[in-house]
Amino acid sequence: MDGKSITAGPLIPVRREYRPRPDLFRAACWVAAVFTIALLGFIIGQILFKAWPAISKFGFGFLTGIQWSPNRDLFGVLPVLIGTVASSAIAILIALPLGLAIALFLSENFLPMPIRQSVRFVVELLASIPSVVYGLWGIFIVVPLVQEYGAILSAKLGFLPFLAGPAYGNSLLTASLVLALMILPTITAISRNALIAVPPTLREASYALGATRWETILGVILPTAAPGIVASTILGLGRAMGETMAIAMLIGNSQRLTWSILSPSNTLSALLANQFAEAEGIQVSALMYAAALLVVMTLGVNTAGEMVLRRAQRTVVGLK
Amino acid sequence: MNRTLLVVAVIAASASLNLGAATAINGSGATFPAPLYLRWASDFKKSNPDITVNYQGIGSGAGVTQFVQGITDFGASDVAMKDEEILQARTAAGGRTVMIPATAGSIVLAYNVPGVQTGLKLTRAAYIGILCGDIKTWNAPEIAKANPGVNLPSLPITVVTRSDASGTTAVFTGHCAEVSAQFTSVIGSGKSVTWPVGVAGKGNDGVTALIKQTPGSIGYVEYGFAANNKLAMAALQNKAGNFITPSVESAAATLASIKLPDNLRFFILDPKGANDYPIVTFTWLLLKATYADAAKGAAVKAFVTYALTKGQATAPQLGYVTLPSEVVTKAEAALQTVK
Repeated sequence: MDGKSITAGPLIPVRREYRPRPDLFRAACWVAAVFTIALLGFIIGQILFKAWPAISKFGFGFLTGIQWSPNRDLFGVLPVLIGTVASSAIAILIALPLGLAIALFLSENFLPMPIRQSVRFVVELLASIPSVVYGLWGIFIVVPLVQEYGAILSAKLGFLPFLAGPAYGNSLLTASLVLALMILPTITAISRNALIAVPPTLREASYALGATRWETILGVILPTAAPGIVASTILGLGRAMGETMAIAMLIGNSQRLTWSILSPSNTLSALLANQFAEAEGIQVSALMYAAALLVVMTLGVNTAGEMVLRRAQRTVVGLK
Repeated sequence: MNRTLLVVAVIAASASLNLGAATAINGSGATFPAPLYLRWASDFKKSNPDITVNYQGIGSGAGVTQFVQGITDFGASDVAMKDEEILQARTAAGGRTVMIPATAGSIVLAYNVPGVQTGLKLTRAAYIGILCGDIKTWNAPEIAKANPGVNLPSLPITVVTRSDASGTTAVFTGHCAEVSAQFTSVIGSGKSVTWPVGVAGKGNDGVTALIKQTPGSIGYVEYGFAANNKLAMAALQNKAGNFITPSVESAAATLASIKLPDNLRFFILDPKGANDYPIVTFTWLLLKATYADAAKGAAVKAFVTYALTKGQATAPQLGYVTLPSEVVTKAEAALQTVK
């Protein structure tokens, strides 16, 4: 551009060069976002469509039925629902204290930074191990352990309904133990973020009032980070409920109603993985019905987790 | 214009070349005979380099479905097709379905009992009792009575079953339901049933792995899987009251004693012969009566002819049973109707 064109042009030449055009990037993002949502809607729609014969035939009784006998066209998923909830709950019971302890350990200055970073890296690496590898590890390590110690446990404490014998190697407990390990990275990482986000001023104030380190952790830091920790637990629960491969390899795949955690059990996802390929007739619809239940459960849990997490982040920001 | 002509000519030439040079036929179905079918396919290819046979062991149920839908050229099933399925196939695949028995095998109760490496004998009452959950430990009197001198441990019994629907389950539960009214009412028969006890694994290999890994376990698998994995197999009491150890020979004895009807559909629920192993099944190939593609039809016929003749000699090497010559004759006659 030379001087002439500037004098000949309008007062603000920049305006003319940046004529408003359709924002292609924005449009592309919109398309991608809408496509993702439409895809989710399409998947749920398809599942419900395929499940409709079973939904209209079995209705609510599907959820309360305790018999799953394809040879008799009896389909009830109560034992499987209980197995899904129980395995996830036991996994959370084990993984939450452990994950929270690790998160505290990694967010406080107990250790020099490089060591903390490497521990954190290793814990988060657990998330990258494929499910089937956890399953294999479970078969060779956890199953024999549970079989051996489970037998002792049920012999000594078998009068408690949830430890009643006979103890199986492939049991609810085995699956829950491996599941706990699988959701540990989720719980640790999100809890640690929540703990780190606690404003340093709070900690300093606590120390200034004469609190010890433990009083500060228990009385100030944990309560402040609590919503984030709750969110980590809920998201861990979401992961646990949808987990398939390792569970199918370890839980024993039996849809019987028992109280004992040493008995084989089943989860919705493992049921689908096991039976879908060979299913025929109304069994396909029944499995689709089960899939719809699983989608509703995991979507619900994950949405709840995200909402708690957002609220948690907002409260902590407000403290600064 | 010239260019379009050239492209058309090239496509036409390559298409006709394909037809002339190689025919591929695709089949899918039962996992139970899959090792044998794959062996047949590779042996057949050596003498017929023009024909490629692809077989996928995806399960009897899925195999029948794919065949009925016309996705595959032939299907395979441990359970002969039901009349309604044959009818359905007639409308979908555009013709009658021809069922050809291809081989046979036995289903065994394999066990893992420390100290009992071999030779466990199970009466009918014993194995039905174990499966129904009435017999809970290995040293129960119902088991001990038939096994004098065997040191049975006081270990709890873990029954291992299939978690997926399967032809193997259908044949096994078919036999059990035939011999026991209690089994019929508690469990029933079918490709997928609910067991009152035990753990379940996916596929013959899943069950095999669970048995290997669980002391005190017993479960049903196809003979070849048990033999290849060196699992101990129980001798079962047959209808005549004798204890028969599963083997290729005892299964052949069962086959020799039955008479196959003309539609070639027969379920050996409880054979009567003195030396018959009680749980033996044919496994079928499902063919179309008329193939729209003549080359494919000829290829399928050639492959099945090979399977019924030379292929039968390979069967015992893999744990399957050579079909009796009477059955082969009937099967070949049925094959002649395929066009």
